[in-house]
Amino acid sequence: MMGSGGLVVMDEDTCMVDLAKFFMDFIQRESCGKCIPCREGTRRMLEILERITQARRSETGTGALERFKGVMYLTRLAEVIKDTSLCGLGQTAPNPVLSTLRWFRNEYEEHIFHRRCPAGACRELLHFRIDPDLCKGCTLCAKKCPTQAIMGAPKSPHYIITDKCIGCGTCLEVCRPKAVIVD
Amino acid sequence: MVTIEVNNRTVEAKPGEMLLSTLRRAGIKVPTMCNIDGLPPSGACRMCVVEVEGRPGLQPSCALPVTEGMKVQTHSPRAVRARKTIVELLLANHPDDCLYCVRNNQCELQNLAGELGVRERRYTGQREEYHLDLSSPSIVRDPAKCILCGKCVRVCAEIQNVASIDFVGRGSHSRVGTAFEQGLNVSSCINCGQCVMICPTGALREKSALKEVFEAILDPERVVVVQHAPAVSVSLAEEFGLRPGTDINGVMVAALRRLGFDRVFDTSFSADLTIMEEASELVDRIKNGGKLPMMTSCSPGWIKFVEQFYPDMIENLSTCKSPQQMLGALIKSLFAEREGIDPSRIFSVSIMPCTAKKFEAGRPEMGRHGIADVDAVLTTRELARMIRLEGIDLQSLTPSEADNPFGQRSTAGKLFGATGGVMEAAVRTAHYLLTGRELAELKVQPIRGMKGVKKAKLKIDGLEIGIAVASGLGNAAELLEEVRAGRQDLHFIEIMTCSGGCVAGGGQPIGADAAAVRARMQALYNIDRSGTLRTSHSNPDIKRVYEEYLGEPLGEKSHHLLHTHYAKREVVG
Ligand code: SF4
Ligand code: SF4
Ligand code: SF4
Ligand code: SF4
Ligand code: SF4
Ligand code: SF4
Repeated sequence: MMGSGGLVVMDEDTCMVDLAKFFMDFIQRESCGKCIPCREGTRRMLEILERITQARRSETGTGALERFKGVMYLTRLAEVIKDTSLCGLGQTAPNPVLSTLRWFRNEYEEHIFHRRCPAGACRELLHFRIDPDLCKGCTLCAKKCPTQAIMGAPKSPHYIITDKCIGCGTCLEVCRPKAVIVD
Repeated sequence: MVTIEVNNRTVEAKPGEMLLSTLRRAGIKVPTMCNIDGLPPSGACRMCVVEVEGRPGLQPSCALPVTEGMKVQTHSPRAVRARKTIVELLLANHPDDCLYCVRNNQCELQNLAGELGVRERRYTGQREEYHLDLSSPSIVRDPAKCILCGKCVRVCAEIQNVASIDFVGRGSHSRVGTAFEQGLNVSSCINCGQCVMICPTGALREKSALKEVFEAILDPERVVVVQHAPAVSVSLAEEFGLRPGTDINGVMVAALRRLGFDRVFDTSFSADLTIMEEASELVDRIKNGGKLPMMTSCSPGWIKFVEQFYPDMIENLSTCKSPQQMLGALIKSLFAEREGIDPSRIFSVSIMPCTAKKFEAGRPEMGRHGIADVDAVLTTRELARMIRLEGIDLQSLTPSEADNPFGQRSTAGKLFGATGGVMEAAVRTAHYLLTGRELAELKVQPIRGMKGVKKAKLKIDGLEIGIAVASGLGNAAELLEEVRAGRQDLHFIEIMTCSGGCVAGGGQPIGADAAAVRARMQALYNIDRSGTLRTSHSNPDIKRVYEEYLGEPLGEKSHHLLHTHYAKREVVG
């Protein structure tokens, strides 16, 4: 599926969108730049995938609209690049996207509509929350959180303000009773 | 003949030709942005893709040889969608500058976006950062508007043999740049502007001198004079929607007066002067064992080319200044003295079909006592802009004529605008100088027309003279190599930087095809055919200028005002 006839074996911890992004990034760097569809198109495809795997808080200006448009035109763009590129590199460049879209559409949909990464690979889409039953209210996480995303009175359960969380994982590391949950 | 099927219609194709050529002949328009007629296909833009039965993907028609029975769909939804997507991708990395762009309404990218119905910004994302290159006296490069079609690179290298620009960087960071990213001014660029002519967008344009000219016109202290080159009057009309090859000399002169120029002179007059000097120089070199073959010196791109790539042949160049610079020198000497005007008060403008003339006017040796002979050079395009800006309706003007003391020109001077024209004019006068008689047939057919290299042998009273004419510096280089390798039978060589000569110069209206260039050339031939004054040496105003001011060709004063020198030139690259 990766274009050159190579086969890549993965388990459910691999995120298909992340994988497609990885390949697009690689191809986009390899493009020689001679023909327009490959030179201009692969970087736009990469940008669309980046937007799909982005949290809402990273969007600025018309970001949400661009993310939506990107989703709408990803297949169209991929097909044109495949149809028109000058050499094998560009002609096969969209394959990782096209085949993951075909076989793992639900994974894309999770990312796009719910901003969730089922495999837990797309860092920005991770959701951190604190289990109130396990939290001892030690305040350590609140002190360490770089964005002051954690609120709560000492000795009572804390909670994370999702919009402020940048998914750095610090709270997860410092919490001794393992009250921080990622999903 | 090969028979193929295009859009369910039978079409005849020539064996071995590329599909694009067949389609064009059949009147089916498939757009391209990187194809150059006469050069091998590049296949970079992918705009010409079509669907071909039995073949995967879409096929670029520019690089697909026709085969018997081939079935093609040129405008299937898939092909059209691909073209539209390509344009949309280009626009995603393009500034929205049309309203401020010199190529607004004359831009292939803009046209294609219109034709393909692009109505939304479908793709967005990061844009590359680019730097404007304003270093050259002739050309402005704005890489932000560049679509990397590569045509400028190919024209510069393959037609002009200069190669001062090339692709740098790779992938999405590709750009067209100069050697070591230095300015175009220090590169090997010869300022011909052929890259501007072929550029589909506003990424390349002339360095405009309009502001300086308007300021001078508005300055009451200044006497503003203008000269116009032979090729301008037969090209300007196209800027106003008239048929290519329409000569509007009289109307143009009237328009120049309306624009506020105090005097209007015709560079074809000084072309006659150039011929007097150059033909005399040739005769002198032949008679007195001077360096041969002598090579013409009126095309400034060519001069820089020799200075940097063929310094060993500098001595072959005629020492004559170009007609622009000869007239420039006379305006600030003879004319200034006659009118009692201090030369420093004169602002001398020339209208040229050429971007290299801007460079030429700025050469330090082209003036005296710190005063330049020509102060500003405008291209045909800039003149058209000026006329539009001032709201002048050409239809309403009464044709006017050039001013004295340079009022008359011969039609030989007018021929300077086409490749072979200088040679033809020189041959007429050289024949007269050598024999005292006029050529029986003034028209020198073998050196007319668009061919890149033209050669002929002339018999003048037992003397056999070999002449050669080349236009396009790739063709010129071929000739130079022959001479370098020891070819002896050539006496006089005319070189024009631009393929076809000044009618196809880098300052001419954008978008002219080969037919338009031929029409301009034909217009010059027609002027010559119907003219009564057809040789430079019989021009009464030329005779008068020699009698009353210059003395004689190659004389002391001529030497001072009309001749120049050249030097080996180091460039970056
Ligand atoms: S498809 Fe090939 S030729 Fe075109 S830009 Fe990509 S690598 Fe270069
Ligand atoms: S993951 Fe990082 S940013 Fe989010 S709440 Fe925990 S410590 Fe704060
Ligand atoms: S180059 Fe063409 S498309 Fe770009 S701004 Fe200029 S006119 Fe518009
Ligand atoms: S002006 Fe002529 S020499 Fe200079 S870059 Fe353009 S094509 Fe090349
Ligand atoms: S500058 Fe113009 S001709 Fe040159 S590559 Fe860019 S768009 Fe093409
Ligand atoms: S051929 Fe004419 S237009 Fe071209 S560089 Fe020479 S003088 Fe200029």
